[in-house]
Amino acid sequence: MIQRFANPARFNRLAHTLLPWFAWPAAALIAGGSYFALVASPPDYQQGETVRIMYVHVPAAWMALFVYSSMALASAVGLIWKHPLAHLSAQAAAPIGAAFTFLCLVTGSLWGKPMWGAWWVWDARLTSVLILFFLYLGFMALSAAFDDPARGERSAAVLALVGAINVPIIKFSVEWWNTLHQPSSVVKMSGPAIHASMLVPLMMMAIGFTLFFMALLLVRMRAALLARRARALTMAGVHAAQAAG
Amino acid sequence: MNAFTIIVGRELRLALRQSGDSAIIVMFFVLAAVLFPFGLGPEPNLLARMAPGVVWVTALLAAMLSFERLFLADYEDGSLEQLALGPAPLALVALAKALAHWLTTGVPLMLAAPLIGVLYHLPEDGYAPLIVSMILGTPTISLIGTVGAALTLGARRGGVLLSLLVLPLVVPVLIFGAGAIDAAINGFPVRPQLMVLGGILLAALALCPWASAASVRQALE
Repeated sequence: MIQRFANPARFNRLAHTLLPWFAWPAAALIAGGSYFALVASPPDYQQGETVRIMYVHVPAAWMALFVYSSMALASAVGLIWKHPLAHLSAQAAAPIGAAFTFLCLVTGSLWGKPMWGAWWVWDARLTSVLILFFLYLGFMALSAAFDDPARGERSAAVLALVGAINVPIIKFSVEWWNTLHQPSSVVKMSGPAIHASMLVPLMMMAIGFTLFFMALLLVRMRAALLARRARALTMAGVHAAQAAG
Repeated sequence: MNAFTIIVGRELRLALRQSGDSAIIVMFFVLAAVLFPFGLGPEPNLLARMAPGVVWVTALLAAMLSFERLFLADYEDGSLEQLALGPAPLALVALAKALAHWLTTGVPLMLAAPLIGVLYHLPEDGYAPLIVSMILGTPTISLIGTVGAALTLGARRGGVLLSLLVLPLVVPVLIFGAGAIDAAINGFPVRPQLMVLGGILLAALALCPWASAASVRQALE
């Protein structure tokens, strides 16, 4: 089943078909979610209007972890089964994940200033997310550091797997250490500790962000495949010209 | 097991014949630590408070300088391929390399660390945890550094890239290593921090040789 889509042309067709199914719902959900988040939802009884930062901050943080996990999974698939598209998807996902992580850090900082009185605190969750950001940057730097792109892909894949140890640390940091950052209030055994008027826009944003990531990933993977094809054609042209001349 | 001792012995002989390399690392460690009082002023209380962090941070930075040569010489002259083709599993080779690196870099850094403590007016209670945390922490750094060195084999600007990759991964060692000394100075129990350091070491011991072996294999493919 997985091997079926190892063929780039088949993947390209599938991606072409799937793209609108991800892109349009993403646009609709983010637009609708933004309206509910910024206008239609109530301000928090303690935090006032600043709580609206949550609707960007929390989904961005989820995406930061989700994208890294997907990269680690794709890297494992690439290393174990040598699936040709697995490394490509990890490569394509890395800048998107780094952008989500950056967005999470920036919005968190903007939220922290009015709430905690500081742009940055050295709290376990903030620190571990910062390390996640450096892991993304390291992944991109490593994959670009070799003259042979295939070597870069594989080495970066090993790094992604090593760095995956950080993912559970981030997830549980607020439970293991007694920190300033508040513990999870949506994913809990006892059900979400957040009112539906806030939960609904939050979920709309989260699903919207996820679909947006999928759409962007497909676009980036197709672009990378086309770039590879263009390079191969250029090389073939050069060789043909040399042979003829 | 025989291959393991042979590789460790070979690495140690190589290191002894170029013993300047380890000395330079230790010199950098001391020099970098000595810079802080120049920048921050010689106030004893301030220095004593900073001592645990400074010792660990400068030890990490000094260790970063030593990783690049871990596989590079063997990679360039082809002996790494011979090691990979040999009967010993590559993970065992990586473990031997990490052990040799620890003996030639981690141990000298550990021996030099109390000197920094003296320069920083570290209270007497801090020395035992300093040494123990170094004993538990520096092997982890060697193991993680081995992975970084293997990942960046043959990369452009490999040395800088290596530090970029390894530093985020060794942050836990820094936190708990400095935390143990800090706890001792302030009269808190040091056991929890040291246990976590030991736990990290065991996890690194189990995982890092495999990751190093996988990366070396990518480099040789």
